[in-house]
This record gives sequence, C-alpha cells and structure tokens, in this order.
Amino acid sequence: MTDRPRVALFVTCLVDLHRPTIGFAAIRLLENAGCQVEVPRAQTCCGQPAYNSGDRATTRDIARTVIDAFSGYDYVVAPSGSCAGMLRHHMPHLFDDDPNTRARADALAAKTHELISFLTDIRGMTEVTAAYAGTATYHDSCSGLRELGVKAQPRTLLASVAGLSLTEMSEPEVCCGFGGTFCVKYPDISTRMVSDKTRDITATGADTILAGDLGCLLNMAGRLRRENSPVHVRHVAEVLANMTGDVPPIGEGR
Amino acid sequence: MHLTSPSFKQNAAKALADPGLQKALAFTRPAFPAKRAAAVAGLPEFERLREIGRDIKNHTLAHLDFYLETWAANVERAGGTVHWCATADEARAAVLKICQEVGARTVTKGKSMISEELGINEHLEAHGIAPVETDLGEYILQIRDEGPSHIIAPAFHLNREDWEESFRKVHTDLPADRVFHERRDILTEARSRLRQKFLAADVGITGANFLIAETGSSVIVTNEGNGDLTQTLPKVHIALASIEKVVPTLEDACSLLRLLARSATGQDYSVYTTFSTGGRRAGDLDGPEQYHVVLVDNGRSNMLGTEFQDMLRCIRCAACMNHCPVYFSVGGHSYGWVYPGPMGSVLTPGLVGVDKAGNLPNASTFCGKCESVCPVKIPLPGLMRHWREREFERHLGPQSVRRGLGVWGWFARRPGMYRAATRVGAWVLGKLGGRDGRLRRLPLAGGWTGTRDLPAPEGDTFFARYARAQRKGAA
Repeated sequence: MTDRPRVALFVTCLVDLHRPTIGFAAIRLLENAGCQVEVPRAQTCCGQPAYNSGDRATTRDIARTVIDAFSGYDYVVAPSGSCAGMLRHHMPHLFDDDPNTRARADALAAKTHELISFLTDIRGMTEVTAAYAGTATYHDSCSGLRELGVKAQPRTLLASVAGLSLTEMSEPEVCCGFGGTFCVKYPDISTRMVSDKTRDITATGADTILAGDLGCLLNMAGRLRRENSPVHVRHVAEVLANMTGDVPPIGEGR
Repeated sequence: MHLTSPSFKQNAAKALADPGLQKALAFTRPAFPAKRAAAVAGLPEFERLREIGRDIKNHTLAHLDFYLETWAANVERAGGTVHWCATADEARAAVLKICQEVGARTVTKGKSMISEELGINEHLEAHGIAPVETDLGEYILQIRDEGPSHIIAPAFHLNREDWEESFRKVHTDLPADRVFHERRDILTEARSRLRQKFLAADVGITGANFLIAETGSSVIVTNEGNGDLTQTLPKVHIALASIEKVVPTLEDACSLLRLLARSATGQDYSVYTTFSTGGRRAGDLDGPEQYHVVLVDNGRSNMLGTEFQDMLRCIRCAACMNHCPVYFSVGGHSYGWVYPGPMGSVLTPGLVGVDKAGNLPNASTFCGKCESVCPVKIPLPGLMRHWREREFERHLGPQSVRRGLGVWGWFARRPGMYRAATRVGAWVLGKLGGRDGRLRRLPLAGGWTGTRDLPAPEGDTFFARYARAQRKGAA
C-alpha cells in the first residue's frame, strides 16, 4: 500500500438521497487525511432494510453487488456506523454456506471503516481546520458505538474545531428510536424514544446536536422541528469538514 | 398465562397512554443500569467472567442429555424425585399429583417465572388448592390478579400508592391511620400476613436458578428470604425447573452466580443463595420430608440445534430489559406473555410460535444495548433478526411491507435504475419541502409524519452532483 491509499467511499443510500453534502464532506476529510478517494458507481445500499426485515435472499443479492463494487480498494469508508457495521460484521455471515464469497466478504469487512474512526484510528488524524460558533452535544449512534467502538473519535476531532464547545447529554448512548423500518412500523414507541432523546438534548442547553449517522439525525431533526425546537441538527462530518456554510441544518430552510 | 402478544401494538399504545405505568417506569428507569454499572466497575474480571459464563452454558447445552441424566441420578441418590415433563400439561399434572398425594390445602410459592409459564396457580386453584405467593412483588400481584411485568421485579409497573390500595383491599382490618411511606412499611405488612401462611403450608413450590449435575442440587437466589421459608418449612418441596437450568459442577454454578446478581440488581451476591440437595436426612434439624423437581421442556428442546440455541444460555437476570429503551417505553405487560423485554422477544416466539409473537422480535431498533450487558453474551438482536427471517419465509408479516420491500429490493439490485429513481425521489421531496426544508405531512408516510416533520432532501442526489463535479473537473 502506498502512503496515499485508495479509499472507496460508501456513500450510503440516505446520504445519496437526502444529504449529499455529507458525502462531499467525507471526501474532503479523507483527502485532507491523505487519501485518494473514489466513488464506485455500482453502489446503492448496504442492504439493511432487507436484512432487518428478514429478507435474506435480497440481502445476499445486494451484498454481492457491494462486494463486487468495493473489492479493488485499499479501504472502504462510510459516513455511517450503521452501514459500516453492516459491511464489517454482518455481510460475511450471509455467506457462511458459500466459502468463496465468504472469503471475499471477509476481505471487504477487514478494510471497511466508519468515517470518523478511520480518520483518527487509521490515518492518525488528531485535529481539523474548521470553525463552528456554538455549543454542540453529540449523540452516539448505536451501531457505530456498539459494533465499531466509535465514541472518543468524534469528540477528539470536535475538540479542535474553533469556536465549538461540546457538552454531554445525560444518556448520549441511548437509542434515539430510529431503528430503520422500526420508526414507521412502531411509530408510537419510536416517538416516545425520540421524545426522550430530544428532552435530553434540550436539557444540555446545546444549540446543535451532532451525530455520525443520517438515519438517527433525520429522526431527531424531525422530532425537534415538530417540537419547534431551536436546536440545529447536523452530521458531524459537515462540521469537521468546515462545510456548515454550504447547506442549512437538517430539516431547516435557507 | 393468557397470551396477548398478537395485540402488542395495541398493548403498547395503551401502555404509552397510561400515566401510572409511565410514572413507575420513569421512576425505576435509571436505578438498575446505575447499580449494574457500579457492580461491574468493582469487578475487573467481569468481562472475562461473561466469556466463562457463555462457555459453561454452551458446553452444557452441547451435552444436555448427559448433564440432565447425571443430575437426575444424583437427585435420586440424595433421596429426591425427578418428574420429566415434556409439556406444560404434564408439568401441571405432576405438581397437582404431588400436592394431592399429601392432601395439600395451601401451597406457598417462591417467585418463579416457569410457574407463570406453566400456569401453576390457576391449575391448583381449579383443584381446590390455594397457592400463596410469598415474594413481595408476587404477593401484591396475586392480590391484584395481575401477572408479573418484569422477570426479577414482578411489580415493576406499580407505584407506592398502588401497594397501599391493594393491601387495604384485602387486609380489611388495617387501621385507617396506618402509613405506607416507605418500602419497609410495605414489607412489614406483607411479612406479618405471610408468617402464618408459611407455617400452615403443606407444600412449598420454588423455581430454580440452577440445577447442578455434579451434586443433584437445585439453587435459588432471593433477597427476601421467602424462598427459604417456602422450601424448608412445609413437608414437601417442589422445585420447578426448565431443562436449560442445568450446569455441570458446583464451581460452574458459582461462576454464574457471580454474574447473576451483578447483572440483575447490581449486588455482588443476592442476600440469600440456597442449595437444596434432596429432602431432610436423618439427623437434620429442618427441611422438607420430600424433595421433588418438576423438570420441564415445554418447547425448549425444539430450539436446540437451531440458531435459537443461544437463547437457552439465559440465566434470567433481566439485564437486557433493565437497559432496553423499548421496555422502558411500553412496560412488561405489553409484550403479552410471561417473558418481556429483549429476552422475551426471542424466547416467546420459540415457545408460543412466531406466528403469534412476531411483533416482539420486530419491535426492536437493534440498538444492541441488551447484547452488550448480557452476562452470557446472547446475541439478542441477531436472534430477533432470525425470527424476522422465519416470519418472512412463512409470509407472516404485513403484505404492504413485503410489497414495499420488494419494489425497493428490485431497484437496490440495479444501480442504474436505482440512480434514476432516487434522482426523481430526491427532487420531488426537495420541492415538497420548499423553503422550510421540511414536510409536515406526506401521503403514506403517516408513521413518520404523524409525530415528526420529515426533513426535506437537498434536492439532488449525491451521485448526480458528484457526476457533475467530475465532468467539470475533467473539462
């Protein structure tokens, strides 16, 4: 491997559809970390909607396209702990009965990382050049936290953002209630969980909530907007890449 | 126990709108996690112990026939009797027969989830035998004719005022000025009533936290000491146990006991840990004349050798539900059967069928907190996902969801078509979001927009923008 690794960006379906700026922020951060970034065209989704709905056949089909599209790179990086966790921990087991594909899935899993932890743990990044005027609180998205150990990494980099102060929620590690299709299959329970979360966010006095997964961010932003909360919602990569001027916070107009 | 798991959604809606329940849940929510965290922090080898616990259970399950037979032989050698029961019916009949043979009129009971599963109380009552619950929580639930809502704290759903109200309903001689300000007041009242019951009982029924193959012993842990009075004072002790409770040795049981209380209540050890090996021997000062174990399968062996075998490691500590945001939103009764929370969401479909309990493994965000605190490292979210797979294979889920997933899956497998479709979707939603950057309503998306705005997409997909940027860069 050269000192300028080829990194494939796994954009994630939500970022593609909903908030491309996160993808561009990821590219900027990866380039700042000395990577050569490419975006394989033949990607759609990591397959979790099918996987978590029990549709293993569709999940396997999608997984094969992912493995084909992403095998030829030094690293695969996603601006999401959930999708990175899918590639890293779940995809190989879809092929327990298919040793050839399993070996390829294992190889892919070994080089797949969540964006922020990749920057710090693999590329040794300790600071960024960015500014954000405000007080933020950080939500630890479940998959990133518990499947990939993403906890200190975003806080380390956020500490170097000029003008930003970080304050913690009382329960930053408790699920926001998104859970993929859970949020629409069990809207009552999901609403209750996200309301507990927005209460915790509000109690910090922070003006911004940051996280590393767009699904959780859409859920929290959706509830905060409905509650007419003044709290802004952004993906942590937007702040770290100094791109908050490019696009309004999630769920807010220009 | 009456099964309402099929109406989980309605149960949950009712629970979310129940101020008393929500008050009780909010009150207890922080307690267990904080206590467990402190206990774990005080034991540096806790993570290693979890691996040991997992391995003990895996080994036992891999040789379950051997350990059950060894255990049963040792029970008999110590003068006890084992009743092998394949079904709940057989177990109920075995319990009733033992009680009838000694002409039992009242039976004291220690807290036992397997007793709830088997419906022992209802069966005894139907045959003229009065069961008396002696665990404080179970005692109040018996007065209220309610089932437990938690596997170690059965009256988790009640507030202090509920206790007083229930006591006054049946303890009609209570002075009007009697106060119930503290836990101690409640305990004293129950204790004063129960003492006579303990002494009068003909049979005592307990559960079993572990069965030890090496010695033929059964083990119970309690904090109130009621289990000891239940099993030592009457002439007959019946321990109810399911087949996965067996462990090979005394040392294995002790390893698991080190995990159990820490995971459950955050105690290093429960207040009482009692080992029973046979009945009273010549020269013993106390103990029952007869010692029976009613050993129950009731569907568990069907899980052996399947992806659900891991669930049989469960030691019923309740750490999973104590840390579950779904449990703390809807409470234990919403799950609709004996076992609530994440462990119930895996076990219940195994015992009553995923066709009836399919909602339970679906009602999870897969946040993974349960797995991270499980003392025997059961991959609970993974097992819930396996139930969803079984459901999908059998076409048990809603057709609308299946159709939607089918359409999405068709596109997701075809990146070119997917690109085109998402471009349209992003553009339309972006337009609908307008200047506000959000949608307050969206047809067919009421599940989301009923209580949340839908943040609008930026308007163009990443791939469209990226392609433009590449062209510009190349030009």
